Amino acid sequence: MTAEKIPTPTLPINGEGDNPLPRERGRLGGGVVGAVDETDRRILNALQGGFPVCERPFQKAAETLGLDEQSLIERIERLLAQKVLSRFGPLYNADRMGGRNVLAAMAVPEERYEAVAEAVNALPEIAHNYRREHALNMWFVAASDSAESLEAAFRRIEQATGLPVYRFPKEREFFVELKLTV
Amino acid sequence: MNAPESGLILDAVDRRIVRATQAGLPLTPRPYHAVAEQLGLSAEEVMARIERMQAAGIIRRIGLVPNHYALGYSANGMSVWDVADDRAGILGEQVGQLPFVSHCYLRPRHLPLWPYNLFAMLHGRSRQEVAAQVAAIAALLGEACQGHDVLYSSRILKKTGLRLTD
Repeated sequence: MTAEKIPTPTLPINGEGDNPLPRERGRLGGGVVGAVDETDRRILNALQGGFPVCERPFQKAAETLGLDEQSLIERIERLLAQKVLSRFGPLYNADRMGGRNVLAAMAVPEERYEAVAEAVNALPEIAHNYRREHALNMWFVAASDSAESLEAAFRRIEQATGLPVYRFPKEREFFVELKLTV
Repeated sequence: MNAPESGLILDAVDRRIVRATQAGLPLTPRPYHAVAEQLGLSAEEVMARIERMQAAGIIRRIGLVPNHYALGYSANGMSVWDVADDRAGILGEQVGQLPFVSHCYLRPRHLPLWPYNLFAMLHGRSRQEVAAQVAAIAALLGEACQGHDVLYSSRILKKTGLRLTD
């Protein structure tokens, strides 16, 4: 499952899914920090939450930033096009919609790494998957609006690979302030 | 914390609004009116339902979602901590308040392979910056913590999201 093949938009999930990463697979790094000017920074720091719900929300938000409505809209458009923003709008909490997402990990032998990644990624329930540097070297999140399908996905991975899938369901989530400062 | 705690059950109209906005709000002067028009609803109803979902925690927030990597936050570390069970709740709250922690959870241990129960996602411009964040958390946890590790992500193998289906 890739975002491009899905007719309906994908729903960003909470938990690790909030971490906005480029969609492209591959090595991390790089950036376009230089393309962000001082006004962009003020917008980024002010509008990570609290976007108004009213008839003219851009106008209201622009006023507090000393901008006009149209230039705020244009800047957000540009920041999205530059991929400085991964999204703009409501961030939904899958847990509260009857959905679930569960973090899981595997210790995958290096020589089988690519094949196992392919088998894991092939399941539509797997929302994202990261290589991490540890004996548990593959960490993925299964997400669905059905709890049963998550457990079924983990069992299918175990059957297909012969490797144990360690489940790390959230037992408690702590409130986190949102404050990426740029 | 997976069960719906709010008591608010999404009805079919809410779900249509979720589907219409989960990829983003329209970049027009009256975005909620545009969503309403698309769905054949009144703007007042769309805004009231969005406000209700926000109050119930179904919408975490409305705003810009920055791309950490594009902004130079290229070091992404999952810090994991073995914290005494009787202290983990209070200390987890405190870790969640630290300005560089983007997510913070208690999760099960898998002994002997995995002794860690507190997970805190860290973001920095370099691994050095993340290491300083780790030191700050270690100082906060003090003797309640028996051990920790930081798992950096070295590769994205897949990145999509949950699709809301009916």
